[in-house]
Amino acid sequence: MTQTRRIPGTAIAAHAVLITYTIIALFPVFVILINSFKTRRAIFRDPLGLPTEETFSLIGYQTVFKQGDFFLYFQNSMIVTVVSLTLILLFGAMAAFALAEYRFKGNTLMGLYLALGIMIPIRIGTVAILEMMVSTGLVNTLVALILVYTAQGLPLAVFILSEFMKGVSDDLKNAGRIDGLSEYKIFFRLVLPLVRPAMATVAVFNMIPIWNDLWFPLILAPAEEVKTLTLGSQVFIGQFVTDWNAVLSALSMAILPVMVLYVIFSRQLIRGITSGAVK
Amino acid sequence: MAAPSKQKTRWHIVVFLAPAVLVYTAVMIYPLFNTLRLSLYSEIDQERIWVGLQNFRTLFGDAIWSEQFWNALANNGWFFLIHMLVQNPIGIALAAILSSPRLRFSAFYRSAIFIPTILSFVIVGFAWKLILSPIWGIAPGMLDAIGLKFLYQPWLGKEEYALTTLSLVSVWQYVGIPMMLIYAALLSIPDEILEAGECDGITGMAAFWKIKLPLILPSIGIISVLTFVANFNAFDLIYAAQGALAGPDFSTDILGTFMYRTFFGFQLQLGDPHMGSTIASAMFGIILIGVCIYLFGIQRRLRNYQF
Repeated sequence: MTQTRRIPGTAIAAHAVLITYTIIALFPVFVILINSFKTRRAIFRDPLGLPTEETFSLIGYQTVFKQGDFFLYFQNSMIVTVVSLTLILLFGAMAAFALAEYRFKGNTLMGLYLALGIMIPIRIGTVAILEMMVSTGLVNTLVALILVYTAQGLPLAVFILSEFMKGVSDDLKNAGRIDGLSEYKIFFRLVLPLVRPAMATVAVFNMIPIWNDLWFPLILAPAEEVKTLTLGSQVFIGQFVTDWNAVLSALSMAILPVMVLYVIFSRQLIRGITSGAVK
Repeated sequence: MAAPSKQKTRWHIVVFLAPAVLVYTAVMIYPLFNTLRLSLYSEIDQERIWVGLQNFRTLFGDAIWSEQFWNALANNGWFFLIHMLVQNPIGIALAAILSSPRLRFSAFYRSAIFIPTILSFVIVGFAWKLILSPIWGIAPGMLDAIGLKFLYQPWLGKEEYALTTLSLVSVWQYVGIPMMLIYAALLSIPDEILEAGECDGITGMAAFWKIKLPLILPSIGIISVLTFVANFNAFDLIYAAQGALAGPDFSTDILGTFMYRTFFGFQLQLGDPHMGSTIASAMFGIILIGVCIYLFGIQRRLRNYQF
């Protein structure tokens, strides 16, 4: 760490601050994870110790697997997230292409209309959304969640993707037109492959909020067979408050999938944020 | 840019736009306005009748309602203030340190500090609840280790500390976002400007205060408005940590939990979609005011500093 030879004092101070904050950021996760592998007595006697041979125990995980249907919850979360993301990307890219490519009456107005939703949270409309889902019989289905998350994700997706699509060369598209490609083929064959990095950014931005949402699953789909992992763990933990092994194991299991996603996509996510896509 | 054919309706434009516009309009915009409309109705004898602004009069005028509303709004204001005063300065400081050239492991620090942000409120709420719990004893144990045990309080259980504690937990979770955005803004400052400053003898801390900070003000503006919208719309953390009653004694009640309780009912009180809509409309108004102040007041003035 003495690489910054000119001002090593400053560099040491910088690392000290960053290490301190990294510990603050990771400490709670670390404590939950290590204690989920310990016996009840060890959890209380030595909460900061790593599990050793005599304190190691999987009793919490056994309770979780026996009592909670975590595979079902996980599957529900997976379906909701993947389908919503697909729809956001497909519909968002199509609309973004129309706005970026064609000049037509009301183009700007349409862009502004679609951008409204970037600042206004969809939760404000919850009362009417629930009423609508009840009257269409979609309550307690995954479709309700998928529709809500698609609508929620579209504004930012259209905004980001249309910025990118404006950068796709006109010559390429016109060459396609001369070759007799239809507008649909131009979109799917020429433009979509070129904006793949932007699509990845949009996907990563939407993935984590959808996966972690508690509000809409709680309101639109609280039934046992359609619970998402976030709601499922919330309810499970609420029921097992006094069973510390089970609570800690459930928390660890809820952390796991997000961490896996983060490890896979963190570079994409960080690049997306830092490339200024959020503006 | 322009498509050549002008005479006939270009159906492909309609096809491209239709799915997004339909879903967005049906599931987001229409319910939004419908919620605003529902706030003007009430249910009497199972029939929906028009009552005009009566619900708002109840919300602001009726002692039982208005006391809860102002309590939730004040709590929400405090929640926001803590985010602005703690989250954003820490985020800026971390970004400033991370963006210094020749810093090793900066990618590692960046990814690690961002981890809490990706966790759900349920995990974060419960994890901190356990850590701060007097039963488990991690927090008192750690304070004891540095000789400060007398400072320990069951923070989440005391009316005077609970809201501040939860705000700080939320700050802990979200510090990654201002950090990343400011970091990006700092990296985009052209080197020539900093070098010009160096020639004039402005380096180190002075360079940060006099050159970089004014240049990242627009990003700080965006972060402030994002924080504002997120905070006045928050719900999950309070619900996960303290339940729908936002205890102790409503001391952590914010607009989101207040709306949830009103809409769905709790314990003996029945849910009331119309009063729920009224609160949602009030939240809509608050968020709109905040966004407008930003768009017309702050952003315009900040633009002048850009090049």
